[in-house]
Amino acid sequence: MSLRLLPVFVRALVRSLPTVAIIVVFNFFLLNMAPGDAADVLAAESGAATAETMAATRARLGLDLPLLDQFLNYVSGLLRLDLGFSAKFGVPVLEVILDRLPNTLLLMVTALVFALLVGILAGFLMALRAGSLLDRAISVVALFFYSIPSFWGALMLIVIFSVQLGWLPSSGYQTIGFEGSGLELALDMARYLVLPALSLSLFFIAIYARLTRASMLEVYGQDYVRTAVAKGLPPGRIALRHVLRNALVPVTTVAGIHFGILLGGAIVTETVFAWPGLGSLAFQAVFARDFAVLLGILLLSSVLVIAINIATDLLHAWLDPRVEVS
Amino acid sequence: MGTDGRALRRFLRNPSAWLGLLVMAAVLLMAATAGLFYPGDPQGMVAKPYLWPGQDPAFPLGTDNLGRDVTAGVFHGARVSLWIGVVSAAICLTIGTLVGAIGGYFGGWTDDLLTRLTEAVQTMPSFLFLIVLVAIFQPTLATITLGIGLVSWPTVARLVRAEFRRLRGQDFVLAARSLGFPHWRIIFQEILPNALPPLIVTTSVIVASAILTESALAFLGLGDPNVLSWGMMIGNGRAVIRTAWYLSAVPGALIVLTVLAVNLLGEALNDAANPRLGN
Repeated sequence: MSLRLLPVFVRALVRSLPTVAIIVVFNFFLLNMAPGDAADVLAAESGAATAETMAATRARLGLDLPLLDQFLNYVSGLLRLDLGFSAKFGVPVLEVILDRLPNTLLLMVTALVFALLVGILAGFLMALRAGSLLDRAISVVALFFYSIPSFWGALMLIVIFSVQLGWLPSSGYQTIGFEGSGLELALDMARYLVLPALSLSLFFIAIYARLTRASMLEVYGQDYVRTAVAKGLPPGRIALRHVLRNALVPVTTVAGIHFGILLGGAIVTETVFAWPGLGSLAFQAVFARDFAVLLGILLLSSVLVIAINIATDLLHAWLDPRVEVS
Repeated sequence: MGTDGRALRRFLRNPSAWLGLLVMAAVLLMAATAGLFYPGDPQGMVAKPYLWPGQDPAFPLGTDNLGRDVTAGVFHGARVSLWIGVVSAAICLTIGTLVGAIGGYFGGWTDDLLTRLTEAVQTMPSFLFLIVLVAIFQPTLATITLGIGLVSWPTVARLVRAEFRRLRGQDFVLAARSLGFPHWRIIFQEILPNALPPLIVTTSVIVASAILTESALAFLGLGDPNVLSWGMMIGNGRAVIRTAWYLSAVPGALIVLTVLAVNLLGEALNDAANPRLGN
């Protein structure tokens, strides 16, 4: 990282502070709205509690303090990465979340990369043949993908590829009792990843295809492209080197913004495929009424979104030297 | 209003617009006649379970694992999707327009504050946020409708704010100011009508995503248990997906058709409003 990016990083960090503050306050408010408190959780955990021990637990945890003091305790807990205690799993919330996070990230990154590759390719072809039958056909397919609820797409993929054809597994993340390691294990897991990632990516394929098309058509109208044409450069080279490259900048911007939507999609997709990630954890937490876990996921994923936004800012500053002190 | 007339003609010449209108009309008709054709409780058991579509002419779309009529369910489910699409979008547009208009018009610290709020709401993954809301405040149709409106307004707020910032320095606004019009009148009667066209196109995206979001919640079993919706029907059919996939396929196809119609209308509106962007 060059020194030039440092002020960009600092500015993005400072800019995100109020957002973090609002989200933390809001999360605390929601935690207080939820029925039951940490003392109830611990009582349920131990299996026996009297009114006296409950009162003692509340005093020990500071739950009998005024709301403002409770809030300060909550914030200082967050600063020590203490997100509370999970009633369902009997361990700290952070532990449960970090245990599931890699699976969700694997699913999301696979889906996002696949959506970007297919979407950009489709958009590229559409822009190259704008107005042609191919352009129209792809745009109809894209609009269709754009309108499919991801869980329904997932179920229909299961019907086709698991039930009818029997090609791919319909749930889980690896074959139970699978023996083998390294490449064999990776291939086994990859088979389980195909359908969830595919169903999660359909919506984003549609978005990136349309965006790439629009963005490329806009770049085609610019002077430097006319210059390249006038110079007699081959059209394929112009399309790839001059147009697509510059048209990708807006696509990377939204890829950052889409992280939150992708996470929402992952929740539903994971429950359909029994994929052991944050989404199915959130789902389990709802039905176990484990609000500490639920709010922990909400808080942590918001922080993740902020981190992605900062990373996108840095990426832009790196791609485009004009983005500096503004 | 010559330009509006031209835009309307362009809209009506577009086959996408007609297709969208046709499907929307069909869904509206289903919702309107649900009580007429299927006056009973759509969750009531009326026939042998697992009748496939077309097997019994009395139940054209078949029956589910409990012998409930899929056709009746699909008709009643149309009501929920339309309700969510209209009411959630209205809530979202109201909040978004107010926040965006006030921030964009007044600027300064008001704008700073509202922008921070907008960013914070936009940062929280909205589907997760919605699950938390529904889990804490009970899943009823009212909380779900309100919840979807509450998580989706930032897009509208940003758009309206940008339009207000663009328009607030223009001559007609300065004229209104110099005439001593009150702020609310300048905001709602002078600037807002000029900020509407981009908002109309965004509305279609909001309606479509509201319908998709409600169906996802209902599918997960986090919808209103007393109101039959398409998402809930898919969720019920999921357990028997291997043997009776039509139970998931039929209501899902209706969601796709409805959302597709909304998107087609949105695209046609967009093309009509910005003709130069087309080919």
